Amino acid sequence: MGEKFLMKGNEALGEAAILAGCRNFFGYPITPQTELAAYMAKKLPKAGGTFLQAESEIAAINMVYGAASAGQRVMTSSSSPGVSLKSEGMSYLAGSDLPALIVNVQRGGPGLGGIQPAQSDYFQATHGPGHGDFRLLVFAPSTVQEVVDTVFLAFEKADEYRMPAMILADGILGQMMEPVEFPEHAQVKQFDKPWATTGTQGKRKKNIINSLFLQPDELEIINLKRFERYQKIVENEQRWEEFMVDDAEVVVVAYGASARIAKNAIRSAREKGIKAGLIRPISLWPFPEKVLREKAKTAKAFVSVELSMGQMINDVRLAIECSRPVYLCNRVGGMVMTPDEVEAVIVKAQGGAK
Amino acid sequence: MEKVFSRPAALSDVSTHYCPGCTHGIIHRLVAEVLDEMGLTGNTVGVCPVGCSVMAYNYFECDMVEAAHGRAPAVATGIKRSLGGNVNVFTYQGDGDLAAIGTAETVHAATRGENITTIFVNNAIYGMTGGQMAPTSLPDMVTQTSPYGRDVKVAGYPVRVCEMLATLSGTAYAERVAVDSVKNVNAAKKAIKKAFTMQQEKRGYSIVEVLSSCPTNWGLSPVKALDWLRENMMPYYPLGVYKDITQGE
Amino acid sequence: MNQQIIIAGFGGQGVLFTGKFMAYAGLYQGFEVSWLPSYGPEMRGGTANCNVVISDQPVGSPIVIKATSLIAMNAPSLEKFEDSVVPGGKIFIDSTLISEKVKRSDVDAFYLPATQMANEHGMKGLSNMIMLGKFIKETNICDESLIEKTLKKVVPPKKADLIEKNMQAIQMGYQL
Repeated sequence: MGEKFLMKGNEALGEAAILAGCRNFFGYPITPQTELAAYMAKKLPKAGGTFLQAESEIAAINMVYGAASAGQRVMTSSSSPGVSLKSEGMSYLAGSDLPALIVNVQRGGPGLGGIQPAQSDYFQATHGPGHGDFRLLVFAPSTVQEVVDTVFLAFEKADEYRMPAMILADGILGQMMEPVEFPEHAQVKQFDKPWATTGTQGKRKKNIINSLFLQPDELEIINLKRFERYQKIVENEQRWEEFMVDDAEVVVVAYGASARIAKNAIRSAREKGIKAGLIRPISLWPFPEKVLREKAKTAKAFVSVELSMGQMINDVRLAIECSRPVYLCNRVGGMVMTPDEVEAVIVKAQGGAK
Repeated sequence: MEKVFSRPAALSDVSTHYCPGCTHGIIHRLVAEVLDEMGLTGNTVGVCPVGCSVMAYNYFECDMVEAAHGRAPAVATGIKRSLGGNVNVFTYQGDGDLAAIGTAETVHAATRGENITTIFVNNAIYGMTGGQMAPTSLPDMVTQTSPYGRDVKVAGYPVRVCEMLATLSGTAYAERVAVDSVKNVNAAKKAIKKAFTMQQEKRGYSIVEVLSSCPTNWGLSPVKALDWLRENMMPYYPLGVYKDITQGE
Repeated sequence: MNQQIIIAGFGGQGVLFTGKFMAYAGLYQGFEVSWLPSYGPEMRGGTANCNVVISDQPVGSPIVIKATSLIAMNAPSLEKFEDSVVPGGKIFIDSTLISEKVKRSDVDAFYLPATQMANEHGMKGLSNMIMLGKFIKETNICDESLIEKTLKKVVPPKKADLIEKNMQAIQMGYQL
């Protein structure tokens, strides 16, 4: 490991991607993720890679589609309104079984919304990233150091399962600086891509990258097979962090920046004798339902802390099969909850739980 | 017996789904012949559009990628750039794909001087979806979505793609051809070869616009459709070279 | 150590840079740190502020709501953030630019004519470093010996010739 230094989340995303062997970045400017594109513009050409500012988010994601078709490690990044524009491309990536990384540094919405931090694209990322039946691998780092690990993981898993992955960050994580250290050599597995369209060179049959299947029976089989893969992911790839949760009666569920605020609240609640703990999803899809189901056996209540009108809370309820009350602590539109606000809901959950 | 006419190696040995009398088959063959003659087939990646040629990935024997509607130039950009420019890339696009939903991708690929080749099939109509008005449908032309004829006061004017793209510095080569006659088919092949040569020489964006017929949606016999093309399309879309940065070399 | 710091002023006063210095100083001292800027259109010539946390515990929220220290570089910043300071907290005020006094009696207020001092000593634009010097002395976020190392880290190589001036400005504040 090298020296620890301070870096913005957005820049750490870029550096980690380069270390992971990503040499292709296609993007379009939007606040609050611009530092990532700027970082790539500066660094990628020197690393022998391609940085291209596209004419639109739509073009950018389709350039990603092209590079992914060619078997190259590739990424794009944007913020909420831009990710909506990429949803067409994400569907095609999934439909053509192509690996790629999409970063969403979320801001408040809907519409043009604001530019301050939010987590209101949770539904979009985990349930409806585009038309058709498909999933994205969705990772939600909570510290700048974890951004690095998550980027490695996202590229690797995308290749392993031949599907697009998303890192769902927010304006806080993107903009904040924290100490970070990078490994000298990233441990990111490389996968053979015999399916890539790089030209047959007369040595093999032609490859076709395609999501069009006009025969319904054929399309059904392809969907079923893809979902067999998704099932494996649900079984094997759930990731989370546990914080003071062993004896917790109130289990807070929060990801990304919200989880950091929740930790402050939990420490404070503990000082007052309330047994609160945190399950922090690191993978949002697959959602860490195993651990939540397990905790539901002993916890009295759950609290979903999120910068949205209440999106992840649905997955919490589903994971615990509504066996315990689930409270919501939220702020939206770029407003961020305080640890005190979270603590107040923890207290309410503690009192409300029988 | 001597075999004097055979399928180009770059053209797959399958039946196409194109309608009787459709000129896509001719254009596919021309592209395939050029790829073979230039020895490029093994180092080529083609990008198909959405439209009548959506299944062209089944008809060319090189690596093929199916793009979303209008996005072929962006997809081609990703392929070309990520492979360090070392592969021959072409897009095959219709008029709706290239000049309506994909106008931004087209214009920007051209202005970037993206070193790719576009085969643009202009038949003035949306064929695949059943004959709706295209960005290149002519004034007063009757289509499913301009049942009283294209009223330019309402629907605006048809786009002249080669003329437009010729104004961009990144466009190296833009020529409009037609496949209505033997003479023009031969000229079209020459243009396609020129376009791929431009790409081999890393000159920038090259496009060959091919005036093409759609007997089915025009409601004409194949022969009459070609007459209609000559009488109506050619005056609005004159054949010729609109940009050639190698001229005078 | 648990310093929750708000630094606020006009864009161009070196607010974000000051915060970055603090974060690095804390890092070199062996603490956990975070730095969070305000961002967006308000950055364009308007107000700028940033939050720095320096702690012996892993940093939870990087957003400072209950500040242990406020560095106010202009009057609107003092007005906006005075109430964010915890009782017993510290408020550092550039009294050249802020004529108002702190209204509260439960905080320590330090009035420094930083802008005037900077101008008089040929350090135009380094009032933030004078404020920083005083801040370090009062909060002990790092040993005095780490100041130079930190400066060399945070001043971009292109502006390396400014390190010495910056050092002098910090020392000046430190001795106030």
